[in-house]
Amino acid sequence: MTDTGRLDLETVVRIERVTRRFGSTTALDDVSLSVPRGAVFGLVGVNGAGKTTLLRHVLGLLKAQTGRVRVFGLDPVADPVGVLSKIGYLSEEKDLPDWMRVDELLHYSRAFYSSWDDRYAEELRQTFDLDPAKKIEQLSRGQRARAGLLVALAYRPELLVLDEPSSGLDPIVRRDILAAIIRTISEEGRTVLFSSHLLDEVERVCDRVTMIDEGRIVLSGELDQLKGSYRCLTVHFDAPQSHPPAIAGALAWEGGGHEWSAVCNARCDALQAAAAAAGARIVEQRVPSLDEIFVAQVGKKCPVPVGE
Amino acid sequence: MHIRITSSDGIPIYLQIVNQVKYLVASGRLSPGEELPPIRVLAEQLLVNPNTVARAYRELEMAGAVTKRRTAGTYVSQRGSPLERRERLRILTERVDALLAEARQMDVTVDQVFELIRRRDEKMQPGEKQE
Repeated sequence: MTDTGRLDLETVVRIERVTRRFGSTTALDDVSLSVPRGAVFGLVGVNGAGKTTLLRHVLGLLKAQTGRVRVFGLDPVADPVGVLSKIGYLSEEKDLPDWMRVDELLHYSRAFYSSWDDRYAEELRQTFDLDPAKKIEQLSRGQRARAGLLVALAYRPELLVLDEPSSGLDPIVRRDILAAIIRTISEEGRTVLFSSHLLDEVERVCDRVTMIDEGRIVLSGELDQLKGSYRCLTVHFDAPQSHPPAIAGALAWEGGGHEWSAVCNARCDALQAAAAAAGARIVEQRVPSLDEIFVAQVGKKCPVPVGE
Repeated sequence: MHIRITSSDGIPIYLQIVNQVKYLVASGRLSPGEELPPIRVLAEQLLVNPNTVARAYRELEMAGAVTKRRTAGTYVSQRGSPLERRERLRILTERVDALLAEARQMDVTVDQVFELIRRRDEKMQPGEKQE
């Protein structure tokens, strides 16, 4: 249903069966995914799930131990210049040179990119209200994030990679970051790959989502299709029950007595039949939010951080 | 045009936009011939994917609530949507069924539902809301 359906065939990032170990820890376990041109691709998972490790492979900062990584058809480790010149990158802790002033940072950064757009950089600087004479170390956390975002955007990269961009930031800076994502994809053919644990943000802007947990892909697909394959179900029993009903596809039950609710990965008609067979009737049924799906899929093992 | 998006209740975002635009038109807060914001502008304002806004506009166009003009721009349709009457009734029937089911579950009688509908209709009369 996307307007860029024609371009969807073009893959900007392709990761094939990548496994990565740090000592005895498996950070990525047989991960494959592809990001089509023009997509807003959301990578979700709890802290430590492997999101940053995956993004570092895309940037060529880590070499795949097994498997293959291609960005714009190139190997980011073998051809860092070819790949990085097309990527804008912002991480949670952007390493900006603290001793530089904002205007020096812009002057310094523009030297690296032939496509640097002075007018756009200035426009962003004004929008973000960044004082050119201020030193980076004097900036607030939010203003630092804006400075990092400016540098990531000003050369109009074909691929914007954001690693937990809004983590720990106030709602106003988060708005700026989301708006920047939207502006980026509004420009034909640009692609965004970002990781986040703020699932309402992911749900707003992403068209594709991959959920990773303990280095493994748990779920992956188009957001609409993914959400459409889940139901949040509430069933009612005439007599109170001490145990939740056995319904295939139900991920985690909540409630007790007469009413039980669960996020289910199953089709409506199958659920209807299963509920009837268990002696219950469905009193409520709706499409769950991404947050609910996430909690149902991986939340049992580790608590999901709620937005700061 | 004031639209609020929530990602907590499971209603797809494009549908939230569709429903709210229809509501704004039905309640007279959007007048026939009025231009809707361009896709990019609304996407940035609501902080949602532009494709989602595009999809909402397409659905609204198919429902006859808005018309796209060749030069650019999406406008609220003049009265009398091109939607088939039967189709319109079909859509409404679904809503009525859902309403009646809920009323029954809450022990609200059909007469009370009628009365509520009449009261809401009075509230929604376009003339009274305009400044």
